[in-house]
This record gives sequence, structure tokens and C-alpha cells, in this order.
Amino acid sequence: MAMGKLSKSDVEHVASLAKLKLSPEEILKFQKQLSKVVSYVGELSQIDTLNVEPTSQTTGLTNVVRNDELKADGLSQEEALSGTEKTHNGYFVVPQVFDKEGS
Amino acid sequence: MPKTPLTIFQTQEGLIKKDFSAVEIVDCYLESIKKKNQRLNIFLTVSEEVAYRQAKKVDEAIAELGSGALEKYPLLGCAVSHKDLFLTKGIRTTAGSKVLENYVPAYSSTVVSRIEQAGGITIGKTNCDAWAHGASGENSDYGPTKNPWNENYVPGGSSSGSAASVAANLTLFATGTDTGGSVRQPASFCGVFGLKPTYGAVPRYGVVAMASSLDSMGHFARTTDDIRRIFDVTKAEDSKDSTVRNGPYQATASRLKIGLPKEYFVKGVSRQVEEAVKNAARLFERQGMEIVEMSLPHTKYAISVYYIVQPAEVCSNLGRYDAVRYGNARDTFGAEAKRRIMLGTYVLSSGYYDAYYLKAMKVRSKIIEDFDKAWEKVDAIIAPVSPTPPFKLGEKSSDPLKMYLADIFTVAGNLAGIPGISVPSGFDKEGLPLGFQLLGPRFSENVLFSLTDLYEKVSGYQPKVAGNA
Repeated sequence: MAMGKLSKSDVEHVASLAKLKLSPEEILKFQKQLSKVVSYVGELSQIDTLNVEPTSQTTGLTNVVRNDELKADGLSQEEALSGTEKTHNGYFVVPQVFDKEGS
Repeated sequence: MPKTPLTIFQTQEGLIKKDFSAVEIVDCYLESIKKKNQRLNIFLTVSEEVAYRQAKKVDEAIAELGSGALEKYPLLGCAVSHKDLFLTKGIRTTAGSKVLENYVPAYSSTVVSRIEQAGGITIGKTNCDAWAHGASGENSDYGPTKNPWNENYVPGGSSSGSAASVAANLTLFATGTDTGGSVRQPASFCGVFGLKPTYGAVPRYGVVAMASSLDSMGHFARTTDDIRRIFDVTKAEDSKDSTVRNGPYQATASRLKIGLPKEYFVKGVSRQVEEAVKNAARLFERQGMEIVEMSLPHTKYAISVYYIVQPAEVCSNLGRYDAVRYGNARDTFGAEAKRRIMLGTYVLSSGYYDAYYLKAMKVRSKIIEDFDKAWEKVDAIIAPVSPTPPFKLGEKSSDPLKMYLADIFTVAGNLAGIPGISVPSGFDKEGLPLGFQLLGPRFSENVLFSLTDLYEKVSGYQPKVAGNA
């Protein structure tokens, strides 16, 4: 596939990686819009970055740690569960990941 | 009480002198919100109960301590509206998205807690582009915010409602987040001051994350003095955000050099915007500052770097929304959020990482190097905030790339992690706000404040309220 142009199957692949369900209309729309953006940002290939270190953050801080002590201001179990109605015996209920047959 | 005061000083002076009570101030703001919010769509949630509870505590503190209350509570009696990205314990927080339509947080962000502990009064939560993705407010899942100066125009974004709430005098000040210009640009479009602090000056804890290496917690107010007072409360280390440090903050000098970068005055910049910036530069020059023409050669690549790094971090941060612990399912994401998740996933995906993400992180280093070289010659940089004055609702919303380019003069500051302040400087021919921004080295906030303070004094600046409220 050529750089800067997304095919329909690229869009479908990316959507599945991102766990998004897209309608056929959305796929077409995003294919067009994302291709435009991706080909615009492709201009960076013109810049010489040989021997340039990448920047992932700007603070200059590394390995900021604190003592491993229990802090009193955390959430209670009730507070932690307060955002959902799908609870069971004080736990979150999650969608099934494995099927019963096992495979 | 006919009118609410427009600054922190006036508010606190009135409270101490008993010209009005904190409860009366809240009455006043809530009445204005009732009158204006339906048209302007500024607030998503009004926290009436919390506001009155906090106001009563303010009045009690004054009854007990008199003017001594100000020492204990630096933001005593100051009404604040929070961008709906800031978690507020017990008050719904949506991030402008339907995914969090019914989310009521069990804790508050550090910024919200600090303002509350400083005596602030939470008026409500403001509308914004969903997840802070946008430059116009039109990406909110709850409908666009209108510009209080003219309802046919956008207020800027993504902290749209926060900027508009200050402009329309529905609060004394407001919080916002600036990831690519989301405080500075709406501040400029709404005619108020907006601060984007140095990255890592103000804790991000408890604020819905957009792009974690770029997100900066800022605020809106009507004067430099207020901006500084609020910053004094929100900044400083927090055990819950390991990227925060306490400066070292630069001291300001008397004769400063201000850079005028040629890459910020190019084709596509409206004449009125350019004039506003150059007029401000001339004002500084007349006050003895040296204006230095200079270059930041990689400026034109900032948008491309930003629209790789930012969506990459967005797709990672929005990966947590799985409807298990809170929030609705992923199919409730709006179009712009989906677009950025897709873009980010694409640039990080196998085979593209080196060409896009790694390349962007390297060009980011070049952009930072431009600024580092600039600080050897100048103390601050003056530039436009946005290439144009506010645009009309709908004008750019159908073309994402066109909308992304509206961020062209603000994103470099985020990539470099430097502070910026947006300053209102008058109005264009249509009666819409104009402004400029000052940028400085990391932790140069005091230098920027000294400049904007000087600008206010020399230009005869007076805070103005939209719609003559």
C-alpha cells in the first residue's frame, strides 16, 4: 500500500484494532478524511532527522517514585464501584472473553 | 446587588467590606446563567447546591476571621466554572461526550480540590469539544457553544464554554485544558486572558486525559493579576502526578527582549490579526523593550508533528473506555473522537510506527531546539494566537484538515512544553475580539505576567463583558 493513502481494508483493520464498530458510510468517510490527513503529515519525511533523538516528554524528569506506603485518601470499594450498575458481590461484571467450549 | 465584580480584588474587597455576600454573588451568577445559557449553551451542568454550600462557608469564614480570611483562602468567594474535563466529586463530568453522559466522579481533580480549598465557589461545568478535540466547540456531543460577542460565531475551542463563561460574566474565572491551543485560542476568540502554563507546572491528576505529553492545565480570567493569583493556587507538586515540578521559576528583568518570529506572519494570517500583534509589539518597544526579528524554522511542521503525536496519545488514553467501570459503550464516541482514535491507531500500527510516530518525535526535538536557540537571544516571543479572528459556526466543521490548521500557531508551544498567555487587545471590524500571545521558556510565567501587566497598564486595558450583562 502506498504511503498516505488508506484503502477500505486499512480502515477496517484499524477500526478493529481500536475496537470501534463502523458503519459502511463511516468507513468510506474516514477513508477519505484520514487519507487526506495522513498524506498531509507525510511532509515530515522531507526533514533530515539523522542523529536526532526523539522527544517523548519535556519535563526532563525520570523515575519519579514515592515510598511504598498505604495512603488513606484512596477510594473505598463502594466509591470505586459507583460508576456502574453491573456489579456482582463487590466486583465489576465484565463481558465474557472466553467461550464455554474452550478452544 | 446589581452587578458582579469583574476581578478577584474587587470581589474580595466587596466581600470584606460587606457590600455583598458570597451567597448574593452566587444568586447573581445563577440568574445570569438562567437568562443566557439556553442561547449560548455554555454550561452542561450548573452546580447550584454545591455553589450555595461553598458560598455559605465563605460568608461564615468572613464573619469569623474578617480580612484574615483572605490569608487563609486566597481565592475566597471567587466563582469558578470548570471545563467538563475536570473531575468534580459528586458533580457530573462528561468531557463533552455521550460516553460519559451519566458519569458522576467519586473524586475531584487536584486543580478542582486546590481551588475549593482556597475558597473558590464551583458554579458549574462548561461545554467543550468532546474529549477536548477541536478548535471551535462544534465537536461537543451536547451542541456547540456560541460566542457571547456574536452568536453566529464560534467561541473557539476546545475549552469553549469556559472562555465564553468568563466573557459573558457567568463566572469570575474558569479552568481549561490546553493540549494544542485549547485555552489560548478560545481566550482570544472570547476576549479574555488565558494561561497555558509550562507543561508539568500544574497537576493533571483527575482531568480526563487527551494527549498526556502535551496536556497543560490552564485557566481564564480578565486580568493578569487574576491569572497570577489563580496560578499560585493551582501550580506545585502533587503526589498524584509524577510529571509536576516546582520550577525553578525565572525572575523577571526590567529590559526584556521580545522576539517576533517571521514564520508566524505568513500568507493566510488575516491583516487585522497581524496588526493586533504588531501594535502590541510597538507598545512594548515604546516601553523600552527590544523587539528582535527572528526565526523558528520548523514552525511549519508543528501541525504535522502534532497531528501524529496527539492522536497517538489520544487513542491510547481513550482505550480505557470499555463501559465496564463507568461510562457508555465505545459506539457512543462521536465522529471526531473516532477519527482521532483511528488516526492514532494507524500511525502506531505495525509498519507505520517508524515512518510516522518515531519521525514525529524526532521532528518534535527539532522544534524544541528552535525554541532553545531562540531563548539564547530573546526572553519572550510575541505571536498571533490564531491566523484569523473568530470564524462562523459551520464554516470549517465539514473539513477536519481545515479545522486542524486553525491550531497552527498554538501547537508548537505544547510540543515544546513552554508556557503561553493569550492577551485580549481589542476588537475587529465586526466587533469580535482580537488578541496576541506571548510565549517564553519553561517556567518563565513570571516574565510573561510582567509583560502582560505592563501591556494592561500602558494600553489602558479595562475588562469588558459581552452582551453588556
